[in-house]
Amino acid sequence: MAVSITEQGAKRVNDFLANRGNGIGVRLGVKTTGCSGMAYVIEFVDDVNADEDEVFESNGVTIVVDKKSLVYIDGTEMDFVKEGLNEGFAFKNPNEKDACGCGESFTV
Amino acid sequence: MALLQISEPGQSTKPHEHKFAIGIDLGTTNSLVASVRSGKADTLSDVDGKHLLPSVVRYSADSIVVGLAAKENQVKDPHNTISSIKRLMGRGVEDLKAQFKSLSDELPYEFAEGDSVVPRIKTAAGNKTAVEISADILKVLKLRGEETLGDELEGAVITVPAYFDDAQRQATKDAATLAGINVLRLLNEPTAAAVAYGLDSGAEGIVAVYDLGGGTFDISIMQLKQGVFEVLSTGGDSALGGDDFDHAIAQWILEQAGVDSSELSSSSLRLVLQEACSAKEALSEHTETEIKIDFSADKNWTGILNREILNTLIDPLIKKTLMSCRRALRDADVDKEQVIDVVMVGGSTRALRVREQVGEFFETEPKVDIDPDRVVAIGAAIQANALVGNDAEGNLLLMDVLPLSLGLETMGGLAEKIISRNTPIPVSRAQEFTTYKDGQTAMAVHVVQGERDLVDDCRSLAKFELRGFPSHVAGAARIRVTFQVDADGLLSVSAKEETSGIEASVEVKPSYGLQDSEIEAMLKASMEFAANDKDARSLREQQVEADRVLEAIDSAMADDGEEMLSAEEREAILQVRQELEISRHNATEAQQLKDAMSKLEKVSAEYVARRMNASVQKSMAGHQVEEFK
Repeated sequence: MAVSITEQGAKRVNDFLANRGNGIGVRLGVKTTGCSGMAYVIEFVDDVNADEDEVFESNGVTIVVDKKSLVYIDGTEMDFVKEGLNEGFAFKNPNEKDACGCGESFTV
Repeated sequence: MALLQISEPGQSTKPHEHKFAIGIDLGTTNSLVASVRSGKADTLSDVDGKHLLPSVVRYSADSIVVGLAAKENQVKDPHNTISSIKRLMGRGVEDLKAQFKSLSDELPYEFAEGDSVVPRIKTAAGNKTAVEISADILKVLKLRGEETLGDELEGAVITVPAYFDDAQRQATKDAATLAGINVLRLLNEPTAAAVAYGLDSGAEGIVAVYDLGGGTFDISIMQLKQGVFEVLSTGGDSALGGDDFDHAIAQWILEQAGVDSSELSSSSLRLVLQEACSAKEALSEHTETEIKIDFSADKNWTGILNREILNTLIDPLIKKTLMSCRRALRDADVDKEQVIDVVMVGGSTRALRVREQVGEFFETEPKVDIDPDRVVAIGAAIQANALVGNDAEGNLLLMDVLPLSLGLETMGGLAEKIISRNTPIPVSRAQEFTTYKDGQTAMAVHVVQGERDLVDDCRSLAKFELRGFPSHVAGAARIRVTFQVDADGLLSVSAKEETSGIEASVEVKPSYGLQDSEIEAMLKASMEFAANDKDARSLREQQVEADRVLEAIDSAMADDGEEMLSAEEREAILQVRQELEISRHNATEAQQLKDAMSKLEKVSAEYVARRMNASVQKSMAGHQVEEFK
């Protein structure tokens, strides 16, 4: 089981971490909410919970995923994307079967 | 596909519930919009990558153009191309007549005749007020924010000069409303700049904000105390800026080239000014720069401008700004040595000489790390982000706080705090109260401010009465009292009896008449007398309780004392009751009263039990036992 991040994504994560001044990486996860089942979560990480979290390294970024979320996003690659003026992180999740129109929530 | 930003731990929002907020620097010459994404505040660019939006609007019969495209048409279409509209915000026709000798002379616009107090500029798209024109600029910035963040906005913080009065601030708010923007707060420009540098979470003290733009200079002296920036004084020169630097350099070029400016065409003159400006900018990086100008086919000039010459040219102008600084310090009653930070704002503070001179004047290294053109918008964005609740916990900005707690008087002259000191405003808090006596149909609400436990030691703000609610037994009525303090510090208190819906309310200005020194004294007293207050409070509480017990026993005795008690029993209870009444008035410690009450409780325990039984029997009389199974 693993998750990863593209080089471009890693660069931005490190930029944001440097700007924030502290934090060890990013936490990826899912929440059971949203218009079609699950929603992605992406947060800065200050603490890792050894019992609940799995830790991955990808392109120099520490990615933390709690074990419950991992089954839903295993194999996901995170990327940083620009769409017109809008820019941000996108999940490329092979488990995702159906997403709502906005792409913020999905089902597996 | 929605693109996600990194949230603070535990602060992720649900889909479609992201709280996007922007900061807007609505400037006289240029405007900017900024936001915080993945924890980083930055200005937002348009599709061409440009961050600055010239605050220029061009109206034609079928379109409204804002920004650079409008600015480029200013010479061609002066009547329909409006710039520097910020100068007219919140100004009436009368104000403008006082400000400018003749409207049409000084401002290149045609004003519509009419009896309206608000000046209206005639354009191809109809008559426009300053509010409408500003709204057109704000709409463009809002759209840029929405497109960049990919969703609707929760709201915006818009900056205004520290010297803006209520009318000008209201006009700015109106413009935002017209543009469909929810204004989270108007923020003073110098405060925004200080926030961008994080000074609000730094050491308390005096901060100076030196804002030198293209055409104007502003200096603000502020005091940071408990996360709040208070503007102590403002000053400046509305006709001094970086453009004057360019003019001084251009003058020098003409002298060196031996050219008389009166012989030059306006296009040649503009060319010289442009060269002067580029030379000025080049000298922020290099120690000297070469200037080449072709005045005409047979006349051209090449020369070297170095930093020393530049300094002698612009020093007199910088001196003028420093004189304004000195005046502002004097107005604020602050010494130069007290200034702990100087924040540089405005493109012209890029000039090294300006930084050097300002640093020397205030005897401190000025802050220049954030782009001086964008620093105000960035500060506004940080504030907006905090106001919609996206900031990490504990990082919430306390821009405006209640100086002293607000509360009301309860039985026994005790002050019950509803909103405590240092709560950020605006804020609304409600608490439920009840009646003290059987059959009570009115309640007095006495609003007080202060930290002490007894009403007598707090400041009385207002009194009002809630009358005519239905009679209930003591403790059954539910009266909800709501305290609301708006962003301007205006307090309104309302009381509502929940069962009948009867309401009453009052509006007060809590800080009215309270000087800082008074606030300080009130705070100090609350610390010094903390122990006294605690004792006084518990005594009062027991006194209130004793009154309640006395009243209960009296009413019970009057009711059925004769039939349920023997003469001896009655005598025993009455004697202890008498003792309690005496202690109620004489006791100096809460414990004495507590003891007297428990004595009465003991002696009347049997009586209470008999009454209970009687009441149960009464309610069951005439019913079958089965009914209660």
